[in-house]
Amino acid sequence: MLEFIQDYYAFIFLALLFTIGLYGMMVKQNLVKKALGMAIVQATVIMFWIVSAYKDGAGIPIFDKRYGVENPEMYINPLPHAMMLTAVVVAIITFGLSLALIIAIYREYNTLHEPELLDQMKDI
Amino acid sequence: MITQNIPILVPVIYLIAAAAVPLLGYKRTLFAFCTALFGSAAAFCVGIIGLISVITNGPISYHISGWMPPIGIELVLDPLSAFIIVVISGSTLMVMMYSMNSLAQEIPDKIVPFYSLSMLFLFGLSGMTVTGDLFNFFVFLEISAVAGYGLLAIGDRRAPFFAFRYLTLGTAAAAFYLLGVAFIFMSTGTLNIADIAQVLPEVKDHPPVIIALILIILSISIKMGLFPVHQWLPDTYTSASSTATALIAPIGTKVAAYFLIRIFTLYEYPPIIDILSIVAAASIIAGSLLAIVQPNLKRMLAYSSVANIGYIMLGITLATPMAYIGALLHILNHTMMKFVLFASAGGIMNNMKTLDITKLIGFPTVMPLTAVAFLIALFSMVGIPPTVGFFSKIYLLLGAIEAQEWFYVAAIVLSSLLALVYLFRFISIAFFRPYNKSDDKKIVQVDGPPLPYTDLSENNTNKHFEAMKKNDMSPSMLFPVLLVAVGILIFGIFNGYIVSIISKSMPVF
Repeated sequence: MLEFIQDYYAFIFLALLFTIGLYGMMVKQNLVKKALGMAIVQATVIMFWIVSAYKDGAGIPIFDKRYGVENPEMYINPLPHAMMLTAVVVAIITFGLSLALIIAIYREYNTLHEPELLDQMKDI
Repeated sequence: MITQNIPILVPVIYLIAAAAVPLLGYKRTLFAFCTALFGSAAAFCVGIIGLISVITNGPISYHISGWMPPIGIELVLDPLSAFIIVVISGSTLMVMMYSMNSLAQEIPDKIVPFYSLSMLFLFGLSGMTVTGDLFNFFVFLEISAVAGYGLLAIGDRRAPFFAFRYLTLGTAAAAFYLLGVAFIFMSTGTLNIADIAQVLPEVKDHPPVIIALILIILSISIKMGLFPVHQWLPDTYTSASSTATALIAPIGTKVAAYFLIRIFTLYEYPPIIDILSIVAAASIIAGSLLAIVQPNLKRMLAYSSVANIGYIMLGITLATPMAYIGALLHILNHTMMKFVLFASAGGIMNNMKTLDITKLIGFPTVMPLTAVAFLIALFSMVGIPPTVGFFSKIYLLLGAIEAQEWFYVAAIVLSSLLALVYLFRFISIAFFRPYNKSDDKKIVQVDGPPLPYTDLSENNTNKHFEAMKKNDMSPSMLFPVLLVAVGILIFGIFNGYIVSIISKSMPVF
């Protein structure tokens, strides 16, 4: 059991974080908390990619004279890092857009509590 | 020379148009309209050229900035993606023709952002169609989704809230997709779809690959609006402006369906296929049942979208040649009829000032030509012979019989009957005068003075109808609607040509 935790602690942590994010999105009734849950889910996925690039004992993917190009196992995989740069941008955009929509909703209804919002929409 | 560059040309045309619209439309909105119309017309022409050259010369592969496929990003135009490109760009061209007057009537102060966002939306969709790289697909998915959130947030008072709900759900779906791709990347070490197809048999039926498949299918189901995760679809479509609905409803969910075909050609895991078939059948029946009880015309059409995406899904999961032809023909059919229906619904909203089905009595008197187009599209939805809808359903039925899945045969037939119920409920209210029961007219009273009797129904019908002025949609809105309505009939009669194009793209079953 301890060994399992030692081997996979990163994945266990990420699974926990993912669950927290989904919980926030689904159960919380305040729209800002929903948006934050969404951001946590996105951050989890980004970190999952970063973990997938990790190798035991390897360094950053920059050319090092001590290892040369003959030992690729001495460098971690650079591809996930490059791709997650794009995913981070996407995450920022969606989070910003969600906050913009929250502002629009607040100006219209003067509340961010979901049941209240649904209540106010009934009479249209 | 140009044929080699077609895969990248279609998205780039849309991207340039998206950037040019705010620049040219800064002073006059007419220029924004012209730019968007010209851009979508150019993309449509390029798509047609691509389809013809792909059918004659085989698939075209484009390598972005010259990096070779397994390392660089590859864009592929094969018969399947070329067909989808033609469908989505053609639908967009029609919407852009339709949009000028309807936008001026509905959201006059947001015309330029609308055009820019719609071009960006199409950039994402066409990129999703041509890309041959899983991570690149995610980027295009998010581009189209972000533009779509913006488009759907422009509308009535409720639109921002429903757009927010769709945003959280859609972003979670994209996160699921990215997680699934991470699992595939960890077990195969590549992101190129063709390369994965070569490596994947080595790690077949390993848990990470199956989990990846489940996550990707879950995210695409959310984007498609399948039954258990469909709620965003009717909400956003009802509250958004009718031009945005006419743009997004016909094509937004189809590209996700197309990507599902791509995923299944990559890797199939039989238990998931079985579950998906059941979900598709549930989607067909639940969508049709929920459509029956909707009071709002646009909401009813949105629920029928849920049912129709179920047909496409069922055709994909049955995995027989006939069902595959039916699914792709239904993509074309559904795009055309949903454009006609939602565009007419926008015209109805502008001219009759309501979308409540019970208040649309006499709508054909006011808008006769729209009513004709609407009726043709309804016939196509039910599946009445000369329309495309009949042929797509008959192919689906034949496919289900071919696979010997009698439960799905029953589901398709049953939901066609349910479609008859919810569409003819609208027809019987809108197209016919209220039925007067002759027995109720005179109440026999034995004693006392007779009660003053006024024939309310008489007032409501004949004089009411005569008082209604003919007030059809403006010609620029009417023309694309009628064109597509005629197209539904023509494509139905000459469906053999389309089937021959589709069968070129068929994977091996």
